[in-house]
Order: sequence, then structure tokens, then C-alpha cells
Amino acid sequence: MKPACLSLLACAALSAVSLALANEQKNWNEKADAYAELGKAPEKARNRANPLENDPEAVAAGRLLFEDHCAECHGDNAEGGKRGPSLRAPEVQNSTPGTIFWLLTNGVVRRGMPVWSRLPEPQRWQLVRYLKSLGIAQTTREREAAPKQ
Amino acid sequence: MKPLRNSLFVAAMLFFSPACGVRSLAAQESPYFVTYDHYLEEPGNLEIEYFSTFGTQRGGNNFHSYWTEFEYGATAWWTTEFYLDAQTTFHDSTVYSGFKWENRLRPLQREHWINPILYVEYEDLNGTDKTLKEIVGHDVEADFLVSNAEARREHKREVELKLILSSTVKGWNISENIISEKNLSNEPWEFGYALGVSRPLSLKGSAKRCSFCRQNFVAGVEMYGGLGDRYSFGLKDTSHYLAPAVAWNLPNGWTLRVSPAFGLNDNSHKLLLRWGVSREINGFGGMVRRLFGAKS
Repeated sequence: MKPACLSLLACAALSAVSLALANEQKNWNEKADAYAELGKAPEKARNRANPLENDPEAVAAGRLLFEDHCAECHGDNAEGGKRGPSLRAPEVQNSTPGTIFWLLTNGVVRRGMPVWSRLPEPQRWQLVRYLKSLGIAQTTREREAAPKQ
Repeated sequence: MKPLRNSLFVAAMLFFSPACGVRSLAAQESPYFVTYDHYLEEPGNLEIEYFSTFGTQRGGNNFHSYWTEFEYGATAWWTTEFYLDAQTTFHDSTVYSGFKWENRLRPLQREHWINPILYVEYEDLNGTDKTLKEIVGHDVEADFLVSNAEARREHKREVELKLILSSTVKGWNISENIISEKNLSNEPWEFGYALGVSRPLSLKGSAKRCSFCRQNFVAGVEMYGGLGDRYSFGLKDTSHYLAPAVAWNLPNGWTLRVSPAFGLNDNSHKLLLRWGVSREINGFGGMVRRLFGAKS
């Protein structure tokens, strides 16, 4: 077999593996440790205040950033998707703005969440404002398990 | 006709992807053409890119080289990319130059003040490649004086390794790439470099969707060139370029880039005018899985 054919075969094989890896489906809402990374934020990062706390446009801007960069994995309403946990869970909503900012900046690379330092700092703080504005909501699984009225 | 066919295929993918229910939202791309920063493609996303370089040639025919890239985020720490290269040399011919397969790996889990990325690429090209995507060794303008018919006879299989170092400070991205390349047919290791600095025109996001907001424009400058080879390391007989660059990230996933590169010495092309268009498709991996019967 020609080296060029071998190379193409290798490309195809690796692409197939990468597709499978990228889409390994996880029910994040069932994983107790989905939020463990939040607990790893250093104290200095946890205590950082959001400099855009009083910016009247921050939530609206954060919503657009969420739609562009986060909704694909975390769901349109941030209630969790097949590739990312709910961001309306108490673990996230009760975290300090600094903790969420730290997680956005560093990602959880080994578990599929990319680093978002690509977004400038003010945009990450806008995202934090938006996420904190959502409040706690039941996950889809909790809703399904709840007794129907 | 291969280059034309490839270009048409990419154009079709770019333009008709919304019709397939593919989600395409604002990308956040750097303006660099040659330099790499430490940001990998988001997992499951596919970015389809088309780039062109128009180059002037002293003592020969100017050329227009073009390549398409399919960049896929395999995981949050691994991006794989496939290239198809072609070129047209004016008053000569249009030829397909070959393909490249690139992989970028992120060894560290968290952000640091400087972030390393490991880059491995396999290239299977003929001698007509004029993309100038990386300048290494003693690559000089005079190399392109050979006609396409003659250059096609040369077949190169090369391995390229890069150490990408990149930092982002107060909105500024500063990237340094150290490049080494080896032709597998018993030629010495060649070396090169690429440096880049860029920043969005505004750091805050807008509260409304807009095409012309300052946050959508990223401006920067690149410098790249060769550093000789294993036996003659240094700046002698090497070429170097300085290139301002701008990227315009449109809502809906399109990015336009333009960069004029100016040769810094007599071994360099006087001008390389580069431009490109790319489109990011969110959730491409999931779409392919569903196509093959996986549950959504």
C-alpha cells in the first residue's frame, strides 16, 4: 500500500476516534462530582469581586456570550445538556462570582470543558453576571422524578 | 481540476451548513495566519477555513496559493486538522500541492502565565507548495523560480514539530512558536520561528447582536522567518516577514481575516497578501454521530 494511502487511512481512523471521544455522551446531571472542580478554586480567586456587578448591560451581554459559547454543551437555558452539567444547580449558583470566573478561565480540560481565557476578562465577568442572574432551577432529571400534580 | 473541485466542496460546506440544521454562532478567532496561540478548537466543533496568499516574485511569475483547512476539536486538549493545498502561478499553471495533517495537544490542565501547546504535523507535498504557512531553514524567494512542471517532480514527506507558547494578559495575546521541520528523505532538521501579538478592539461584550461592534475586530501583528538548519543555524540566507493582521468575527460563525506581509530582507518576497474566510460549526461531532444512528 502506498504511503499516501496509509496516511489517509490513518487520518480517517484518527478522525473516527476523535469524533467518538468528543461525543462520549455523559449524563452530567447524574454525576455527583460534576461540580468538584468548583471546590478547587484558590481562595484568592474565590474572593475576587465582579467588577461589572453594577453594570446595567452586563447581564444582557452575558446572555449573548452564553448563547454563543456555552449553550451548545450546557443547554439553551443553562439547565444542562448531554455534554455539560446544569449551571443552575445550587453548586454553581451558591458559588462566589470569583469561583465561577476562575472556572471559566481555567476550564476543566480533562473533562471536556475548554479554557475560556480566549474571551477577554470583562466578557468573562459579563458571563458570570448572566449565570448568577439565572437562579437555582431543577435539573431535567429532578423534574422527571418529581411527583406529577 | 482538483484544486477547483476542492474549493467548490469547501464553499458548499461553508454556505449550506445552516440548511442542515447546524448551529453556527459567533466565533472568537485570532487574526494570525502563521502564528498559533494556545487556544484549541472547542470539543465537537468543526471549523472550515479557506485561505489565500498572493505573492510577488522577483525574476519570475507572481503566484496565488490557497488552502482549505478542516479543524476539529477532538477533545478540550486535542485539536486535529487536515489541509489541502494548491496554487496558481501566473503565466504557468494551477496545480494541487498536497495535504497536511496537524495535531495540537495541550499538556497542562489549567491556564498559566505562559501556556505550552505541542504541535505535530505530517506533510505530503510536491515541490509546488507555495502556501508559506511556515518559513523554515533557508526558505528564500528564489526557491519559487522553478516552473510548476519541474517542481511537481519533487515529492516531499515532512514532519513538523512546534512548541507553541502563548499568554493572554489584559486582553493582549502574545504568542511565540518555535518550529522544527524534517524532510524524511535524509535531509537535516530545519528551524524557524513565528511571533504574534493581538488584541480585540474592545474587551467588553455588547448587549446587542451586532456585526460592526469593536469587540468583533481583533487586530495584531505577526513576524515570522527561518533560522537555518542543523548545520548552519542562524539568520544567514534566511527570509523574514512582518505582517499586520486583522480578523473580523461576525455573528453566525463567520470570520474574515486579512494580512499583508512585508519581506524584511532581500531573500524575502516583497509582499505576501493573505486573506481568508472561515466558519465554525458547533456540535459537528454530535451531528455526525446522529447521522450514523447514535441517540441524541
